[in-house]
Amino acid sequence: MEFFSSLLEQMSTAYDLLVAGWGVQLLWGIGWTLAVTTVSMVIGAVLGSLVAAAKLSHLGRLRFLGESYTTVFRGEPELLIIYLFYYGGTQVLTGVARSTGSIGPTDIVNMPSFLGGVLAVGIISGAYQAEVFRGSFLAIHRGELEAARAYGMSAWLRFRLVIMPQVLRLAVPGLGNVWQLTIKDSALISVTGVAELMLTANKAARSTHHSLLFYTVAGILYLVMTSISTPIFDRAERYTSRSFLRPK
Amino acid sequence: MDYDFYLSTMWSVLKALPLTLEIWFFGIAFGLVIATGLTWLRASGYKSGEYFTRAYVFVFRGSPLLVQLYLIYFGLSQFDFVRHSPILWPILRDPMYCTIVAMALNTAAYESEIFRGALKAVPVGQIEAAKAFGMSAFTRFRIVTLPIALRLALPAYSTEIILMTKATALASVVTIMEMMGTAQKIQHDTFRPIEVLTCAGVIYLLLNLSIARLFAWVEYLLSPHLRPAPDQSQRIKPVPEVL
Repeated sequence: MEFFSSLLEQMSTAYDLLVAGWGVQLLWGIGWTLAVTTVSMVIGAVLGSLVAAAKLSHLGRLRFLGESYTTVFRGEPELLIIYLFYYGGTQVLTGVARSTGSIGPTDIVNMPSFLGGVLAVGIISGAYQAEVFRGSFLAIHRGELEAARAYGMSAWLRFRLVIMPQVLRLAVPGLGNVWQLTIKDSALISVTGVAELMLTANKAARSTHHSLLFYTVAGILYLVMTSISTPIFDRAERYTSRSFLRPK
Repeated sequence: MDYDFYLSTMWSVLKALPLTLEIWFFGIAFGLVIATGLTWLRASGYKSGEYFTRAYVFVFRGSPLLVQLYLIYFGLSQFDFVRHSPILWPILRDPMYCTIVAMALNTAAYESEIFRGALKAVPVGQIEAAKAFGMSAFTRFRIVTLPIALRLALPAYSTEIILMTKATALASVVTIMEMMGTAQKIQHDTFRPIEVLTCAGVIYLLLNLSIARLFAWVEYLLSPHLRPAPDQSQRIKPVPEVL
């Protein structure tokens, strides 16, 4: 009996803490996490396609640049990249502002934490997306590219009509993986002070001393986010490859 | 360029390399043990074992390692039985052990999936041949299934090991002074984050590149049957002209 009453008491405390206290903040945290992940994915898509193009280029120097990009940003700890952009950005901004004399010699211009975090996670995501895009490009049949060339299509037309649609279709499963990875990387942005899910859970845990509750809730919310994205990407895959499915 | 600063930073960060390697090694070693257990549970054919493994993999792959680390380090100490346990408390009180536990549990989820895939990829003909030879289940596993599966698992496993090297940096958020923690401290003391983090980055990159090299070498050693046959014409010794 005692066990049940203490359990009931704990559950009501948890309810109070979540619904009356930190629930709304945690929901905002989810919103910020999704915002960080989405913006990072977009930055990563732009960088990733450029890097993939560089890695596939016939110019040795461009290939080397692309290789170095993916090696460095997949080989470094994510935390280091995030610190580099956040604190390094602060260092650069402060240096520039001090040299132009717009702030005093002891003042500091902080890197906006959202910008720094999103750039860092976007660049990491770009390295993984570059590999996905490169793989999809290599999966296109050579014959189609040759046929396009034989038709006298310009490079741009070839890209727009033959390469891009197929790369996008073939890249969907890989992009799903990168999206999951980016959601998990976005938790590291909490160290720079973006009020995403991890930082909110952290604050809640520290101020209420209920760390078990809040970290469990955060973990469950991350699981919900990652498991919701799986069927969405499956659907996208079915949709983009609908012309390749066997007729029923 | 301030070479002295770079050199001294490089040296201070390098001095923390043994600690990083310690977390890395024990995380991987315990992870391998747990992963082996999970793979065995999954392959054992019991429904409950399969459900447990699936749930385990889902939880540990679906949430960030940082959450798992915080949950183990800050969260578990809320249980009274943990605080009063003579075995659990010395482990969960220490941030170092907590990092190792979190990393081991996390990597075990990924590794068990790698091993499962590798076991499934062993050609069925090989197993049938071993059965036809009258091998017992254990012998079959020891000399046919396991060697082939290990060889197949190696590329994915090396990727996972590199992810683990990157994950050791998370130990710095629970106050461990490994390479990342040391770099953080120097950076706060000197306010020169770009230089300091570049130094740490170079070390991490070299570390990961050498791990990748090492695995590529092991892979080369384990796959002599996949290499092109050596050029036979080179093998024949020229007949000495003077006999």
